[in-house]
Amino acid sequence: MGIACAEPGIRHGPDGRSYWRLVWRQFRRRRLAVAGLAVVAALGLVALLASVLANDRPLVLWRQDGLYLPALVDSPGLRGVDFSRRSEVAASARFVLYPPVPYSPTQYDLDRMLEAPSRDHWLGTDDRGRDVASRMIHGSRTSLSVGFVAVGIYLAIGILLGALAGFYGGAVDMVISRLYEIMICFPTFFLILAIMAFLPPSIFNVMVVIGATGWTGVARLVRGEFLKLRAQDFVTASRALGAKDSRVIFRHVLPNALAPVLVSATFGVAGAVLVESSLSFLGFGVPPPTPSWGDILSQSRAYIDFAWWLTLFPGLAIFLTVTAYNLVGEGLRDAVDPRLKTE
Amino acid sequence: MGRYILKRLLLIAPTLLGITVVTFAIIQLAPGNPALLKVQMSRQGGVGDQAVAQAIVEQTRKLYGLDKPLPVRYWIWLKRVATLDFGSSYKDHRPVMDKILEVLPVTLQLSVLSIFLSYLIAIPIGVYSAVRQDSLGDRAATIVLFVLYSLPNFWVATLLIVYLGGGDHLDLFPVYGLSSFDAERWPFWRWLADRLWHLVLPVGCLTYGGLASLSRYMRAGMIEVIRQDYILTARAKGLSEKAVVFKHALRNSVIPIVTFLAFLLPAMIGGSVIVESIFSVPGMGKLGFEAVLSRDYPVIMAIATISALLTLVGMLLSDILYVLVDPRISFERL
Repeated sequence: MGIACAEPGIRHGPDGRSYWRLVWRQFRRRRLAVAGLAVVAALGLVALLASVLANDRPLVLWRQDGLYLPALVDSPGLRGVDFSRRSEVAASARFVLYPPVPYSPTQYDLDRMLEAPSRDHWLGTDDRGRDVASRMIHGSRTSLSVGFVAVGIYLAIGILLGALAGFYGGAVDMVISRLYEIMICFPTFFLILAIMAFLPPSIFNVMVVIGATGWTGVARLVRGEFLKLRAQDFVTASRALGAKDSRVIFRHVLPNALAPVLVSATFGVAGAVLVESSLSFLGFGVPPPTPSWGDILSQSRAYIDFAWWLTLFPGLAIFLTVTAYNLVGEGLRDAVDPRLKTE
Repeated sequence: MGRYILKRLLLIAPTLLGITVVTFAIIQLAPGNPALLKVQMSRQGGVGDQAVAQAIVEQTRKLYGLDKPLPVRYWIWLKRVATLDFGSSYKDHRPVMDKILEVLPVTLQLSVLSIFLSYLIAIPIGVYSAVRQDSLGDRAATIVLFVLYSLPNFWVATLLIVYLGGGDHLDLFPVYGLSSFDAERWPFWRWLADRLWHLVLPVGCLTYGGLASLSRYMRAGMIEVIRQDYILTARAKGLSEKAVVFKHALRNSVIPIVTFLAFLLPAMIGGSVIVESIFSVPGMGKLGFEAVLSRDYPVIMAIATISALLTLVGMLLSDILYVLVDPRISFERL
């Protein structure tokens, strides 16, 4: 059974279950992978809800003139309110509700620099008195968006080049394979670092550079799958029906090659998060004041002898994220591997 | 075999050419140029006159050949490199080749030791995990390896320096450089011991990440081999488990991870940027990082070219190893 369900058109296996449902059933058996998926989902939520979870503006502000949601919407009625003066904000309101971490990731508080974790600042403060918890929460947004966009970019490049090389073979394959060989010979991190040092610092550049240098693995995978699939009957059949090359490639062959690509993309997110934090650690990542885990770690070096909270929390966050994505990738790889399928 | 190697050596040339073209284009097309940087620096030093500054820019551009069009510059660079002359550093005007030859042995020491250690540790773990698949030991190994793989090495390096390298905690290892002060005058054995002692932390940081993926590959390869019919046959004819695993299965499953060598080398050189910078090891990674910071074009080009060349040689080596460990593959068919 197994592989048969993966054929195009036959979306359902003999027993009526779709391919991805089977994959999910396999995946669910691995407790570590499921735990990884839970962490991935939780991190995703934190990143999505960052401005609701950590913000120096109240979530709900009920005043004489109405109800406001300052953390979410910036309405004209709030103009002129200085949210850094908390007591004034509280005095003017009937009811104020702050987010769980009531600090912005960028607001300096020079009276409270380098404080150890306390009830006020759960994860302490950094050398400019910024709340570390808030920077960590907003940093997850930075890391994950870099991870996803960079991987998205290199999936697009890798799938396109791999598909062309595998589908057409011959001269096209020759050219793309040489290109691939050139790329894998670069010490990638050094190349990324060099480009980042030359470009103006921006989160967009980080994404593009990681994306532009990371496509080789995907290209090789897709090329291999296409080489395997292009001689199959269903490809000949769709050609015989007069389908254009682009249709055969993207509608018929590609869907069958997606499983290993998805696995590789999951590992890719972990890798990209790691590269982003390394770059920020070296000072070539996302520019300040954008919060990033690597950037907090880089600051921590100056106070490493006492400010353990600056080293521990961002390090753990990077570690947790990378582990979670890798566990999901590993579980997915086993789940889509038809040889490992059990009845 | 000789003919195959010759063919591969000839194929190295176009790839290397491609790599240098790409690097050259990226570096030279990037905004900001070293001539301007130099003027900005001298302006901070007190040269305020606009015309003088402009003259310095022009002069520097001419000196570095930056006034010529890109293809011409590349051609000039290439002609010089053909005679193994990478020009001289913008920073201290020393020949780049001298600088590279100083740092290359250091990085090779780190990478070769680290690769050797990776294989030494990863293969047994991988074999164990495959043979005792899904046992408690396999699961423990899987988890530990995942933890190691996911630990960012700059974080680990920082922690190691704080907790093992003096400061308020343990003072077990030196955290700076490669040798103690005036180790040059020590007798060889003492020098060697001192060098190894200095290498523990940097090599450890370079090794543990690759360790994880290597043993995962080893495990996967071994599991695949163990499912083969000939292993069933070996068991059926009553061979001891030891003979089955080490004689029949291991030899065949080592092949895929031998080819992994080629991918390990560029990763090592990339990883050495961070590790060498943190531990102040005077190797290629640190030189590269400093060159990037000061836009030392000739040094950046030389490092990219030489590490690409090393990688290509590594790939060739792993292909040759591939044939040596697997008699089914012959050079004629490659």
